[in-house]
Amino acid sequence: MNWITDWALPKIKGLIGTSREVPDNLWHKCPACEQMIFHRDLERNLHVCPSCGHHMRLSAQGRIKATLDEGWSRIELPKAPADPLRFRDQRRYSERLKDAQTKTAMDDAVVVAQGAIEGRKVVVAAFEFSFLGGSMGAGVGEALVTAAKLAVLQDAPLIVFTASGGARMQEGTISLMQMPRTVIATRLVKEAGLPFIVVLCDPTTGGVTASFAMLGDIQIAEPGALIGFAGARVIEQTVREKLPEGFQRAEYLLEHGILDMVVKRHEMRATLGRLISLLREKLPPEPAEPAPELVALPAPEPAEATEPAKPA
Amino acid sequence: MRHFLEFEKPIAELEGKIEELRRTTDAGGIDVAEEVGKLRDKAETLLRQTYAKLSPWQKTLVARHPERPKAMDYVRALVAEFMPLAGDRAFADDAAVVAGLGRFRGHAVAVLGTEKGRDTESRVQHNFGMARPEGYRKARRVMELAGRFGLPILSFVDTAGAFPGIEAEARGQAEAIARSIEAGLEAPVPFVATIIGEGGSGGAIALAAADRILMLEHAVYSVISPEGCASILWRDAAQAPTAAEALRMTAEDLRKLALVDAVVPEPLGGAHRDPAAMMAAVGDKVWSVLEPLLALDGATLRARRREKFLEMGRAGVV
Repeated sequence: MNWITDWALPKIKGLIGTSREVPDNLWHKCPACEQMIFHRDLERNLHVCPSCGHHMRLSAQGRIKATLDEGWSRIELPKAPADPLRFRDQRRYSERLKDAQTKTAMDDAVVVAQGAIEGRKVVVAAFEFSFLGGSMGAGVGEALVTAAKLAVLQDAPLIVFTASGGARMQEGTISLMQMPRTVIATRLVKEAGLPFIVVLCDPTTGGVTASFAMLGDIQIAEPGALIGFAGARVIEQTVREKLPEGFQRAEYLLEHGILDMVVKRHEMRATLGRLISLLREKLPPEPAEPAPELVALPAPEPAEATEPAKPA
Repeated sequence: MRHFLEFEKPIAELEGKIEELRRTTDAGGIDVAEEVGKLRDKAETLLRQTYAKLSPWQKTLVARHPERPKAMDYVRALVAEFMPLAGDRAFADDAAVVAGLGRFRGHAVAVLGTEKGRDTESRVQHNFGMARPEGYRKARRVMELAGRFGLPILSFVDTAGAFPGIEAEARGQAEAIARSIEAGLEAPVPFVATIIGEGGSGGAIALAAADRILMLEHAVYSVISPEGCASILWRDAAQAPTAAEALRMTAEDLRKLALVDAVVPEPLGGAHRDPAAMMAAVGDKVWSVLEPLLALDGATLRARRREKFLEMGRAGVV
């Protein structure tokens, strides 16, 4: 190992963008229905299982591509100090960080891009779950503050796609401070009169949900996404109770009033486009084509009690 | 009977011996004043030595000491005319968060705290200081009330963290914490937070997005408990002392990282050995940082508070 393999190769790979690696497995098994899916079909279907509709995790880059019109650009982000605590558990945090950077060709767990949705400009920040579980340390906080400032500068709404296990423990209390820092980011966007839209993807938990990710003007989630504050295991150990069916899933949050809607990945782009139009265009723009029909998942019906409640 | 921590065992033995000797004297036995004096000096030296170099894990234990002054102790000692306020106006009153109005050095203030309780009954009543969404919603409501009436906000933080429960999740624990952080950041009034014991993660920052953050000498403030961190990163909760070290969660470390503004020294042997002196020292320190803030208008306070948090941990950002 030398500086070429450690530093230069990942950089070059990052610049070229395509790492040209042959996938070790051309077939993926859907974790929900166990159907085998050819990798090209899966990609074409935005990583949604064609047979059962299960939403698998999607990369940050994949999200942005699926959301924005052609011609978007990725924003260069300020580099936060790496490993401020010189943290070491069974491995050095600096090594874990470097591995994640090499694997993903990203500096940290968030990609920020500017572009447009159906011609309406937006700034998008997307979490990469495969980068240390999308955990939020100073780098992620910095990315969100940058995205917010850019949105204000561009007079564009800010959309954040989250996927994060929570705070990055290896940055200790500095990672905790990203909670107020990202809340400030949401204030900057809102004070400029711009929509702040959160799309909660699987999984979003801990300090990320307990900060900017619950402060959207509009709260959207993907079907089946795990969303919560405390981990299921911690809750089970604390209350010594079996967790209810579907606990902390997107549909459960919708039922409990925490979300506005659960939207399928294929309808996300059109949904975001229409929301932004409704929030920002007081009169409809010149009609070009009829708007596509949108289907938001309705709140699940309660299991029993099909009789409508009678007014008192 | 004083509660001794595991690492205080040698001190406990010495103090036990002193007590025993004193009882012999009182019972009319031989005069052992000289002996007692010597032992007392020895115990004090040992206490001084032990507390001068507490490890982060030992500090965690001191921060959780059952006899350590709790949030309501500070409120009772420092805030006159205290009027407790209750409820989130939506679902319930959560006793893990205490809130109210009162006077601090003559100034009307709003007070917030996470209260752990002192005996079994009150611990259960306050849910061991672990708040549910209603607690954070009450905090937010009182911060907004303080803003409307220009009352400075004082908070006393001592919590293992937000309560991890089924109902808490169903009622939006994450959202409640996020809104409470937001309310602190937005408050157009001076806001001084003091970490008096455990500053546990989201449940702590919910009440500590303040202009000035004070921390007691042996308090800890972290994104996760050492036990939680150890069981995730080391896959072994017994590694908690190692995790406590790695997390840099002590007042001294956090002062160096510029995440807290000042450290309040504790009486010899920890706050629990002299609660009255501890609470007086906290009162003086809170006043010394609050007084200059009283001259600032709401917009300035808010702008500076934002700047402060945006700068945190940013040294070296390019």
